[in-house]
Amino acid sequence: MGDASVEHSHGHHMDPAVEYSSSKLGMWLFLGTEILLFGGLFAAYAIFRAKYPEMFFEQHVELNKKMGAVNTCILIFSSLTMAMGVSAIQRGKQKATAILILITILCGLGFGVVKYFEYSAKFHHHIYPDTSIFFSLYFLMTGLHMLHVFVGLAILSVLFVLTLKGKFNAKYSTPVEVGGLYWHLVDLIWIYLFPLLYLIG
Amino acid sequence: MANHTIAQNVYVPFLEKKGIWSWILTTDHKRIGIMYLISISFFFLVAGVFALMLRYELLTPASDFVQPHTYNVLFTLHGSIMVFFFIVPGLAASFGNFLIPLMIGAPDVAFPKLNLGSYWIYLLGTLIVLIALAKPADTGWTFYTPYSATTDTDVVLITLGVFVLGFSSILTGLNFIVTIHKMRAPGMTWHRLPLFIWASYATSILQLLATPVVGITLLLLITERTLGVGFFDPAKGGDPVLFQNFFWFYSHPAVYIMIIPAMGVISEIIPVFARKPIFGYKAIAYSSLGIAFISFLVWAHHMFTSGISDIAATIFSFLTFLVAIPTAIKVFNWTATLYKGSIHLHSAMLYALAFVFLFTIGGLTGLFLGALAADIHLHDTYFVVAHMHYVMIGGTVMGFFGALHFWYPKWFGRMFNETVAKIAWLFIFIGFNVTFFPQFFLGVQGMPRRYATYPAEFESLMSLSTYGSWILGAGIFIMTVNLIAGLINGEKAPQNPYGSLSLEWQVPSPPPLENFEEIPHVTDWSYGYGKKK
Repeated sequence: MGDASVEHSHGHHMDPAVEYSSSKLGMWLFLGTEILLFGGLFAAYAIFRAKYPEMFFEQHVELNKKMGAVNTCILIFSSLTMAMGVSAIQRGKQKATAILILITILCGLGFGVVKYFEYSAKFHHHIYPDTSIFFSLYFLMTGLHMLHVFVGLAILSVLFVLTLKGKFNAKYSTPVEVGGLYWHLVDLIWIYLFPLLYLIG
Repeated sequence: MANHTIAQNVYVPFLEKKGIWSWILTTDHKRIGIMYLISISFFFLVAGVFALMLRYELLTPASDFVQPHTYNVLFTLHGSIMVFFFIVPGLAASFGNFLIPLMIGAPDVAFPKLNLGSYWIYLLGTLIVLIALAKPADTGWTFYTPYSATTDTDVVLITLGVFVLGFSSILTGLNFIVTIHKMRAPGMTWHRLPLFIWASYATSILQLLATPVVGITLLLLITERTLGVGFFDPAKGGDPVLFQNFFWFYSHPAVYIMIIPAMGVISEIIPVFARKPIFGYKAIAYSSLGIAFISFLVWAHHMFTSGISDIAATIFSFLTFLVAIPTAIKVFNWTATLYKGSIHLHSAMLYALAFVFLFTIGGLTGLFLGALAADIHLHDTYFVVAHMHYVMIGGTVMGFFGALHFWYPKWFGRMFNETVAKIAWLFIFIGFNVTFFPQFFLGVQGMPRRYATYPAEFESLMSLSTYGSWILGAGIFIMTVNLIAGLINGEKAPQNPYGSLSLEWQVPSPPPLENFEEIPHVTDWSYGYGKKK
């Protein structure tokens, strides 16, 4: 049933305002499920940190605070450029939007490069996910987050191409906004991960 | 209810288009509903055959039909397929898809393409589990650690499959919530919504909030087996009871994901065939949300014998009793609706009445299990098996069969043979009770679940239960043949064979492609039976 007439008969009932608010509600609900997904890991973190406070304190020094801090700055900056991108498309500035999304993508890639060096250093020191409960948590939490960075990058790349093709404008910017929401979540989760894992004091 | 007619010359039933691609790429909620219906029914029958094999093994005390290991695999597959393939997506995905847009006066769900995606993700999940059957797991459907972390059967693939199914469940729930919020026809206020919609709404919330937690739990189990992570392994400083906490934090609410849609179905069927307005509309509507809320606070009642603290056990026992309140509110309201009604015993109504009767037994025996002292004795015995099947078959499956018979004419535009349907119902009702009622006694006498063999003194009750499973199986067989025969040579269904007032019956059978030629304006609720307008 992929032909245009049927798509049309399904689509034309949906008023753009309803479509916009539906998409936003849908994305917010999805972000809720993402937080619950990470919630399992946060719960495990809380339980094991309460059980083994010394282990967490002794082993967290192995993590590279500087690299973590750099990555935190990169992600927060990328959230800013994403927000500026959304604001730009709402004012109809397609070129500015494309550039801002591109900067966001580059930040995400930069985050991945730093993380790659961090993981390599850990493996080099023979630290693996089965080394201890702390490092299990470290690898699983940052790993699941990294997976979300990749998904976010894929979404941003599609948005970038579609923006270049001129699909979005001041009247229709829903995908950019909804994609932006997802990217902010990726940033937000890292903002929790960084102090929980790197800054135990 | 708004009246509007659809001119015959533009009516194109949604089943009009033929060809495989018209199904694979469809974004029509009614067709996606059919694809779910076929898939879940298929898996229901497959898992049912496993159940018959289990019961056949238990006909005699010795393990003579299959080896104990095979028996363990069989109950794992029976449980996993029934729970994750059939009953969790079940009514919500099949009838939810078909009915939600029709009942609220919308042309489709909010995200039709996502809806199709959810279906294919569901199928991908089932496919992964099928691959896992090369070395099937023997853990039971709960995948408890430490056994699931150490058995050499293929736990990773089956849990990965369940994880993927969870994704489908989340996206469907999300789609339905947005649809119910944003797509209601003008005048379809919250308090005019059919109760099936309220039930679907509560179910969707549960799917959204609970499924991610089981997702991460299963991922952790997979990393336990693949990366050597030790969250659930005491040797590495982990805790196996943590797995149980995580698992039941999802899986207890999931029990309500399974039952609440069936409660919605019953709330639709009873007023139509009692010809009376539903009694206590708001109480039924809000009790669905109440059940959904409380369901998140009771998970540890599965763990009274797992070594949780006395204080925790006492609190969870108390909270468990609270679930009885919104549940009983529903049963009282259904009964009050029947009171002095002009009752017509259509086959759908028979299933609805069976639901009320059997679910009440299932619910009340749940209170025995929620009581701490009784549970220490009854935990992991056949009493649990009987209770669970009274709720799941006596409740959900009766609701599912009721829905099948009730909306069949609307969905497929044909009628089935009503006499045969009633005979099938009788077989199913008797067979079910003969199968599962003796299991309450077996449990009280101490027969543990999940064993291929048993002491000789249990043989009479055990074989009685097995005979019952044959009657039940025969009933389901007759029902299936009858419904399929109706599709092939049943009479054409009229638009509204039962004189129902809700919106889906105000369009032709089967509904036109776009549901409503023009979006209806709703002026009243859909339960105003027996009154002059």
